[in-house]
Amino acid sequence: MNIIITGNGKVGKTLTRQLSGEGHNITVIDKDSSVLESSIENYDVLTVTGNCASRKVLDAAEIEKTDVVIATAATDETNLLCCLSARSANPDVKTIARIRTPDYVDNIERDRDLYGLSLAINLEKNAAIEMDRLIKFPGVLKRETFIRGRVEIVELAINEDSPLCDEPLTKISSILRSQVLVCCVLRDGEAIIPGGSFVLRHGDRIFVTGAIEALSKGLRTLGVVTGKIKKVFIVGGGRVSFYLAHRLVRNGLDVTIVEKKRERCEELSQIIPEACIICGDASDMTVLESERMGSFDAVASLTGIDELNIITSIFATKLGVKNVITKIGRDENRKVVDSLPVGSIVCPKELCCSAIVRYIRGMQAGSGAADSVHFLAEGLVEASEFTIDETTRHRDTPLRKIKLKKNTLVACVRHNGKFVVPDGDSCFSLNDKVIIVSKSSDAVLGFNDIFAD
Amino acid sequence: MNYKAVLRINAQVILIETVLMTVPLIICMADGDSPGFRGFAAAMIIGFVLSGAALWLTRKAKNNIGARDGFFAVGLAWTLMSLLGALPLFVSNSIPSYVDAFFEIVSGFTTTGASIIPGEEIASLSRGILYWRSFTHWLGGMGMLVLLLAVIPQSGRNGGFSLHILRAESPGPSVGKLVPKMRQTAMILYFCYFALTFLDTIFLVASPELSLFDALCLAYGTAGTGGFGLNGHSIGGYSPYVQNVCTVFMYLFGVNFTLYYYLLMRRVSYIFKDEELRMYLATITLSITVIMINLWRNGIFSTFGERLRHAAFQVASVMTTTGYTTTDFNEWPSLSKGIMVCLMFMGACAGSTGGGIKIMRVLLLGKTIRRNTHSLLHPREVKAIRYNGGVVDERVIENVQSYMAIYVAILIFSFILISMDGRFSVLSNATAVISALNNIGPGLEQVGPSGNFAGYSVFSKLVLCFDMLAGRLEIFPMLVFFSRSTWKKV
Repeated sequence: MNIIITGNGKVGKTLTRQLSGEGHNITVIDKDSSVLESSIENYDVLTVTGNCASRKVLDAAEIEKTDVVIATAATDETNLLCCLSARSANPDVKTIARIRTPDYVDNIERDRDLYGLSLAINLEKNAAIEMDRLIKFPGVLKRETFIRGRVEIVELAINEDSPLCDEPLTKISSILRSQVLVCCVLRDGEAIIPGGSFVLRHGDRIFVTGAIEALSKGLRTLGVVTGKIKKVFIVGGGRVSFYLAHRLVRNGLDVTIVEKKRERCEELSQIIPEACIICGDASDMTVLESERMGSFDAVASLTGIDELNIITSIFATKLGVKNVITKIGRDENRKVVDSLPVGSIVCPKELCCSAIVRYIRGMQAGSGAADSVHFLAEGLVEASEFTIDETTRHRDTPLRKIKLKKNTLVACVRHNGKFVVPDGDSCFSLNDKVIIVSKSSDAVLGFNDIFAD
Repeated sequence: MNYKAVLRINAQVILIETVLMTVPLIICMADGDSPGFRGFAAAMIIGFVLSGAALWLTRKAKNNIGARDGFFAVGLAWTLMSLLGALPLFVSNSIPSYVDAFFEIVSGFTTTGASIIPGEEIASLSRGILYWRSFTHWLGGMGMLVLLLAVIPQSGRNGGFSLHILRAESPGPSVGKLVPKMRQTAMILYFCYFALTFLDTIFLVASPELSLFDALCLAYGTAGTGGFGLNGHSIGGYSPYVQNVCTVFMYLFGVNFTLYYYLLMRRVSYIFKDEELRMYLATITLSITVIMINLWRNGIFSTFGERLRHAAFQVASVMTTTGYTTTDFNEWPSLSKGIMVCLMFMGACAGSTGGGIKIMRVLLLGKTIRRNTHSLLHPREVKAIRYNGGVVDERVIENVQSYMAIYVAILIFSFILISMDGRFSVLSNATAVISALNNIGPGLEQVGPSGNFAGYSVFSKLVLCFDMLAGRLEIFPMLVFFSRSTWKKV
């Protein structure tokens, strides 16, 4: 597909990498030619220098032949204007815009057609929703839901005390006394799609999948679930903090926010009157101590500075907080951060990209395409949800007779309304829902891609 | 430096070259030309063995290459493919000395067209060898690595690396892609190139005096703006019709190929607005007019038509750096000769198959000079240089200036090194270097249209080979060889 990406910032770059890797024709527009230079050197893309909202620039990027415009410039107004100009130049074009200003994000999402948008992506809100989910289900590092929330993949850290440590994967189900499956292991920065004889080690991070009931039973047996969270401490008062606090307060949780700037504190106290707003510098440990951060059930470090977030999270872990969430803006930092005791890591950029990639993959393939795609383990692994239809090959053949591609795993099958962790006798029947876990390097775009033959 | 990736690219280039040698091999077989057959068979066996071994050795190479790797890969590839391409000429004993054979093939690939074979002996070469000589022009014109980019599928994720190769191989100060995908860009370029060559062949074969073989060889020479002929008279021995077809197609191959893409896309307004094309046409018209008047005043050629035909042909040949001739312009009055030498420097449009400095560079240089002199009067002036309606990046301007500086330096050094030979006149030496560095072919006096380069010493020939490669690859890929860090282990 022909795709224009406007704005070559953090989000734009990640999208460029992902989408050009999937073989789309990408044109990148940015005002700064030196930023574009690095993109054109690293990815197989075309670049145009200029203001993306200008019709002239869009014409130079061949808007009339474009299928999708993704506006990821810094300001909402530019993005909206860009999508409007794109629509007027080519009425058939699909437009995706990043919208972040809380003041009008709601009405834009409601009146998408009026603004000429096919999809509005709110980075900060998506991140807040993700964090909210983590807080609702404490103890796991990451949660992804499939099949309308009936199946989940959760990320867990394995340490020496864990009953799973030094055990082969075949014994996991009997230890946890529930039907779950380890679909991916992240070890020393490398993602492994494991076989049954794989033995877990201290320091591994594992991705466990199963129907939601089986999974929560397993997590309870494991002792990961630590009771309900009632008090949340948020460091930093930016947009993510606002969305998160807003959701938490609505669910009746106690929220404390620490923010440095006086004016922002006043603003926050007006829009979230239920929250306790503290004006203070989070980099000053005495502020955190005097607010008794250690006594909270959960701490979320959400300032704009990655380094500060990391330090605050380490400090919170040290104080004995069980559930820590760290926001990371630049995913280059993630490799370093993974080894630190910072709890769950949420990268807004990554979330936004997976939403867009999901949308584009859905557009691209029509039938046979994944219903949804989630990225696990820093995007090294993908979990995709498929519906079995008439075009699927090897229907009703037991799995043990089918040869699957390397690094591909059938994680879960919904057959006649029942969720099963597949074994050699399982098979795919019409209208089944199947979750496939595979390495991103050889992505599964259509269901038939999983077969080796 | 990613040596493995560089080696892999080179192995792929050699493999493609080896495969393409099949055509002259078949011609030799059909003609019963056993020395030629032996030459091509030997070269192909060596090519297959070397490239196969290199491909196997580098099967795990990562393809993330930077600007330096791109330059190095292109410079090395052109040297290696010339070394291999010279083998058939040497083994078949068509050219007894390997250095001479190398010179001839470098001249072929770089689309120079300078020959060490005396005019009267060219016609006695076997058809397989003649075909290969001309075909190297065609390959060199658009570039072997661009062909590689079009033929070999790239893995999507690291596709950006290939831009460094396109930039290193394609002529012009600011090389970019036409469409987002590098492979498609390369395919479009080769499609235009192929289509124009096909058209040229059709027009040539329509003339009764040319066989399909002759027409193909002449078309290859025209398309690549090379200039190897099939006999000692270049194009002079053919009818005015053939000469005129060559003239028109030389001009066409001197145009930036991006414009042909625009033509295909029906974006005609881009073509009319192109400053380089306007300057190209203006220069052609002016040069032809002045030369015609000059020839008329000196009583050369009897009719207006003849003057126009020869002036247009010679201007096309020199400006697009083809090097075909219909008449010995060494006999022309000095004003005409002077214009010809100036046109040698200027060359064709950027992104064409022609050589020289390129009109786009001349234009940008002129604009820079105007701005710099203007800002002498207004020291605080801030002014962007515009080209084709857009602002030119300052880095491109810097690149053009440093290119010019190195260009002149190489010109002077080579001239001095060649002058050590002592057998040729100053003007011959000077025009030999100019002609090699600008990929034209003939110079003046002893290396003029009726002379050849055979008299130079081995050392001078190698210097000229370097100049030809430097001229075709626009210097930088060849300079990487002299950078110490290229050879350092990282």
